[in-house]
Amino acid sequence: MSDFLVLKVIAKLLIPFILLFGFYVQMHGDYGPGGGFQAGVIVAAAFILYAIIFGVGTARRVAPMVVLVTIACLGVLLYAGVGVANLAYGGRFLEYGVLAYEAAHGNHIGILIVEIGVGMAVAGVIMIIFFSFARRR
Amino acid sequence: MDAEARQGARQGRRAIDLYLNIILLVFVAATGIAAVWLRNLLASAMVLGIYSLLMASLWVVLDAVDVAFTEAAVGAGVTTVLMLLAIALTGRREKRARSRPWAPLAVSLATAGLLVYATLGMPAFGSADAPAQLHVAPYYLRHGEAETGVPNVVTSVLASYRGFDTLGEVTVIFTAGIGVLVLLGSASRRRRNSATPAKGDSA
Repeated sequence: MSDFLVLKVIAKLLIPFILLFGFYVQMHGDYGPGGGFQAGVIVAAAFILYAIIFGVGTARRVAPMVVLVTIACLGVLLYAGVGVANLAYGGRFLEYGVLAYEAAHGNHIGILIVEIGVGMAVAGVIMIIFFSFARRR
Repeated sequence: MDAEARQGARQGRRAIDLYLNIILLVFVAATGIAAVWLRNLLASAMVLGIYSLLMASLWVVLDAVDVAFTEAAVGAGVTTVLMLLAIALTGRREKRARSRPWAPLAVSLATAGLLVYATLGMPAFGSADAPAQLHVAPYYLRHGEAETGVPNVVTSVLASYRGFDTLGEVTVIFTAGIGVLVLLGSASRRRRNSATPAKGDSA
């Protein structure tokens, strides 16, 4: 795990692109294949690659467990929060149509926010599971 | 002339799909058997990763790109890493079984036979009058984009029409993560405590 120079250089080159692809999949899920779930896994995969190449300890300093748990919680809360916000706007739970002046537009906004919530929750949880397993060694 | 050419192209595509399906399914079966057969668990985990990638290719052939995406990312990627971590924690070689597991083999074969028999009662692949195509699917396909402003029907069904289900799914994933954190996190802390002289942890 320590002196594989080629692996380290390649990983450093790859990780930004993996993260960028993750965000692309996140924001582009309404037009192409993908969405929050896939994006969360891809972003988590970038961190897992970092942990495998540079050591779990380094990766845990980049993404401490507290931050991961907070991100996962915020993701679920964001999803449920959109539902509650719809109630406040006078709609039903998770009826996104009331979020904007017209139903289709509101639905689009609601789907985007909800997918971001899914992405945060999935990325957080995958990294939590990975680091929980990796820590026991 | 044009219609004829289109017909020919469609038939050509169907033939390619058939060959792709046969090749992929043969490899899926081979990797599945190899994963069970191998005694080296590291090799087994790798073979399962290949299995997932082949399944992802099969979903692509079936035009289910969203599912293929998830299968490739979760099945071939993250699950393989988690299995490698589990192997690193336990051991690399499978223990040799003492008894011949004939009874489980018979149960699995009987279940598989029943499932294959059940497929005979299913509607033909891609048939337009299958129950799945007649209930809500036509509505989603016809009105989905106009109602949600999202061209990808899968996303609109997942996040809007079936939004409540997806909220449940995210909650399940979240609960799984918290469960792993509570189980493994506290266990390692207890071990670290007992390595140093512990007070009253022995009860």
